[in-house]
Amino acid sequence: MAAVISAAGLARTFRTKHGPVAAVRGIDLTVAEGEILGLLGPNGAGKTTTLRMLTTLLAPTGGTAAIAGHDLASDPVGVREACGYVAQSGGVDAQITVREELVTQGRMYRLTRTRASERAEELADGLGLTGLLGRKTGTLSGGQRRRLDIAMALTHRPRVLFLDEPTIGLDPGSRADLWSLVRRLRDEHGTTVFLTTHYLDEADALCDRLVVVDRGVVAAEGTPSALKLRHGGSTDASLQDAFLAISARQTPKDAQHAAP
Amino acid sequence: MLLHDTALIYGRYARQSLRSRFALLFGVLTPLLYLLFFGPLLTGLPLGARGSSWQVLVPGLLLQLGLFGALFAGFAVIMENGQGVVERMRVTPVSRLALLLGRVLRDATVFVFQAVLLVLAALVMGLRAPLTGILIGFAFVALLTLSLASLSYALGMRVRTPQEFGPLINMVSMPSMLLSGLMLPMSLAPRWLDVLSHFVPFRYLVDAVRDAYVGRYTSPHMLYGVLVAVGFAALSVIVGTRVFRTAGA
Repeated sequence: MAAVISAAGLARTFRTKHGPVAAVRGIDLTVAEGEILGLLGPNGAGKTTTLRMLTTLLAPTGGTAAIAGHDLASDPVGVREACGYVAQSGGVDAQITVREELVTQGRMYRLTRTRASERAEELADGLGLTGLLGRKTGTLSGGQRRRLDIAMALTHRPRVLFLDEPTIGLDPGSRADLWSLVRRLRDEHGTTVFLTTHYLDEADALCDRLVVVDRGVVAAEGTPSALKLRHGGSTDASLQDAFLAISARQTPKDAQHAAP
Repeated sequence: MLLHDTALIYGRYARQSLRSRFALLFGVLTPLLYLLFFGPLLTGLPLGARGSSWQVLVPGLLLQLGLFGALFAGFAVIMENGQGVVERMRVTPVSRLALLLGRVLRDATVFVFQAVLLVLAALVMGLRAPLTGILIGFAFVALLTLSLASLSYALGMRVRTPQEFGPLINMVSMPSMLLSGLMLPMSLAPRWLDVLSHFVPFRYLVDAVRDAYVGRYTSPHMLYGVLVAVGFAALSVIVGTRVFRTAGA
């Protein structure tokens, strides 16, 4: 399968009062079209920074990446047209109605007013928001809010959907709904989904392949069962065991590079 | 595309303003209080300027409205950053310049609207000035608020918390008001203060609007006022757009 996301040596160093901080040191990865990829790693490993670079929100300080054939540095508009992004915080105004947010979003993707209204109805239909179009976004439940956030990101039928910790704070029922939504997007539309998560059961159940990052570099990658076999000892090991083994193994090696 | 995007962003924020009509009127309260309770004190005083005391005071109050109002525009973007709204917009192909222009044009509209209310109140209090001059005054309010709101959004995108933002703005706004002669003309000032005030850009704007209010449309003050206002606006929009393009560092 063709790679729809490819990154080589992607890096970001932040300048702070206390000197430079390397949040991401050099990430190499490829994601195939239609794949559901999970990006795992401890807090501060550089997951969100990686996502923000791949979605053009943050300029890399090193390396290159391309999304759907559009180079991050030379064609950011092409990248924006090819991808949708749901940040941890979502991104809708609490005082505005669901319909208005969806329509405005459509028009930011240059749909006509009529087309944007139709698209808002379609998305509401597909994501179980139909009865909520007239409500202010601030009155939605956590699960409804998350579905709206995703609807906003799907406005332009992106080939790649980036989700940053999409199920954080959701109840088990809403989480299960979101998982089936992600699978449906892939199965029905061939959408590639790139998500970060701290929930290992989510990574295990939902993702085709996992990339574990630690201290800004890729520490391990493979299918959930391959990671369990390789790092947990057997395919019956829990992903938790594998994850802890990967993080622990990284510590001594990378401690030498930690000093700025 | 820029026009389409700017209109779209403008519409979103204009609807937001219309939803909070109280806030829309509230901004005019402070200059209105000055007009009612400070204005009458000046009527008999020699202000060293042409025209009535109202023709001196009202231009100052118009720019004060812009100065204190538009400088605080950035608060809104701090709230929006918290909700992730700015990032969500920046992931779309929407023009970065439009993200700024749509917002600041909305602000300029709001402040010109408030300026109209203020001038209507001033007419009741006794202001008499040529219509052309009054319209020129509104144009200066628009340019000033466009500039200050751009800088305020740029600051709001950088500092991230209201606790950092408020004190910084106060540090700029109070000295700017006092040093630009908004309340009383700087022609009354001792030499050192008059010289100092020439380093504050708003000084040139208020002088120009005062000239406009007495019908002097081709004076050197007007020329300097226009140059400073247009230059300041261009610079501010460039700074603001740059921040919307690269924000997040």
